[in-house]
Amino acid sequence: MTTPKNSLAETYNGPMVSLQNIHKTFNPHSVNELTIFENFNLDILKDQFISVIGSNGSGKTTILNLLCGSLPVDSGKILVKGQNITKMKEFQRAKFIGRVFQDPSKGTCPELTILENMAMAEAKDKHFGLTFGVNRKRLDFYKSQLELLKLGLEDKLNIQVGSLSGGQRQALALLIATMTPIDLLVLDEHTAALDPKSADNVMRLTDQFVKEKHLTALMVTHNLKFAIEYGNRLIMMHKGGMVIDAAYEKKDALDVDDLLNQFNQISIEVGN
Amino acid sequence: MDVFISLIISIFEEGFIYGIMAIGVYITYKVLDFPDLTVDGSFPLGMCFTGLLISVGVDPWISCILSFLVGAVAGGITGILHVKFKVTNLLSGILVMTALWSINLVITNGSAVLSFFNKPTIFNSGIGSLFTGVMSDYKVMIMAGVLVILVKIIIDLYLKTKSGLLLRASGSNPQFVTSLGRDSGKMKVLGLAIGNGLTALSGSILGQQSGSANINSGTGMVVMALASVIIGTTLFKKITIMKATTAVILGSILYKACLSIAMLIGLPTNYLKLLMAGIFAVVLISNNMLTGRRKKVHDNSKK
Ligand SMILES: Nc1ncnc2c1ncn2[C@@H]1O[C@H](COP(=O)(O)OP(=O)(O)OP(=O)(O)O)[C@@H](O)[C@H]1O
Ligand SMILES: [Mg+2]
Repeated sequence: MTTPKNSLAETYNGPMVSLQNIHKTFNPHSVNELTIFENFNLDILKDQFISVIGSNGSGKTTILNLLCGSLPVDSGKILVKGQNITKMKEFQRAKFIGRVFQDPSKGTCPELTILENMAMAEAKDKHFGLTFGVNRKRLDFYKSQLELLKLGLEDKLNIQVGSLSGGQRQALALLIATMTPIDLLVLDEHTAALDPKSADNVMRLTDQFVKEKHLTALMVTHNLKFAIEYGNRLIMMHKGGMVIDAAYEKKDALDVDDLLNQFNQISIEVGN
Repeated sequence: MDVFISLIISIFEEGFIYGIMAIGVYITYKVLDFPDLTVDGSFPLGMCFTGLLISVGVDPWISCILSFLVGAVAGGITGILHVKFKVTNLLSGILVMTALWSINLVITNGSAVLSFFNKPTIFNSGIGSLFTGVMSDYKVMIMAGVLVILVKIIIDLYLKTKSGLLLRASGSNPQFVTSLGRDSGKMKVLGLAIGNGLTALSGSILGQQSGSANINSGTGMVVMALASVIIGTTLFKKITIMKATTAVILGSILYKACLSIAMLIGLPTNYLKLLMAGIFAVVLISNNMLTGRRKKVHDNSKK
């Protein structure tokens, strides 16, 4: 199986990502059996920045896991730029899907320095051979990248990433995930573990990178304000299905109250 | 006085030779976070395989390299059992260690000891034969010292390469390695191969020093190597400019020194393994207490 080539983008006009007839059941044939997706479909167009909201357990993280290959689908197809990636392993998909997790410690290596982390991020598209890990000639480039974060990390190149704060680490993780060209950026509550100021900063950076690098992005969040304010499409999940799917003008027409109303309505239907 | 000097020399000789194994275990235990029990089998594997090669007339230096390679294969199998077949890390090591017992017996053709006293080894041929007169007393110490420093430099350099960074990341954050589009399992296999290769090399050199290979020589090697790694990295943590590999070699020498002093005081040989375990226990407990206390201080300062 080949990695979707970046050059395909010019000739290919279909959706960037396509989830087709996805079925997923956890713990089949046991008392804990839970069918979370039955015939789930989602097309993500190029340059769409989707915010996904929804109650706990509605299947948001599961979609991301299926997409990134952390979990296998039971049946159905996952296409990226028209190529079937359903059978690809997680690490193979990572070459064209960047991911930032809720836990800021997942997106960087704590034992290594900022510089070493940056060098590894850059090597993602190249080889991890026996050449020196850090190419000093690239120092200025790494610094210019870190300056984008406006956290002063460019002056702390030789500090171990493990000693940074959660907000700093998450900003760095975001930079690392988007440093090489990717087809899709996946964000799972990536601001949830941060204080409000850091969360705002990371969210602002996310928006900046998505726009500047023309990324297609799928962001799960519990922050309704972020969901409304950022992105050009909004999806609300409930029990493995989409109860709201609003793009462009339709999304612009939504406000936080609409979303809260919808949330309450779902809760009433469920009976609590 | 003479007794004293020869004691010191033997501490350094063994400290250096076992130090090569300790560097290997540093890679599996500290870098990869993998408690690897294969070591108890790959140490005698290197020793017995070298015994066989030297008895049939293979060049002793080439025997060292080939021993490294068979050790690497053994470690690689432990890695594959764990990564591909999802056997737990401890059990993968136990499986390979147990299998190696038979393999080692096959290599020695069923005998517990394989002697090659009058065959050329790295210590009595080539460079080794240049040490004459007074120098011959220091021969093993100097040669083993140079070898362990060479191994240390190579490993230090490797850990700074792109592949080395990936290896370090596989130990501390496998998800990060996955995010970089690389297979963290493969890196684990590679790290275990290097670790056990070095262990087998250490066994090979010890065998050549004594002129014989003993299939029982592996018992307690895990404990000895881990103790060296933990003593070294704990004691010298404060000296930040010291490389961990250097600390591990010093740990190995200190550990040997403790054992030798106990023997000198008159501890019967039967108690050797008990003492080995005892020292290790003391190191582990004091290490836990130290980090425990540090953690408490840290938590308090947060409040
Ligand atoms: N690996 C798994 N094994 C078994 N059940 C799982 C697994 N992953 C998720 N589930 C179940 O699937 C359902 C959906 O989980 P998911 O993590 O996708 O929810 P979510 O929408 O991300 O919720 P939250 O807002 O709490 O993060 C939950 O009921 C969960 O218990
Ligand atoms: Mg979730």
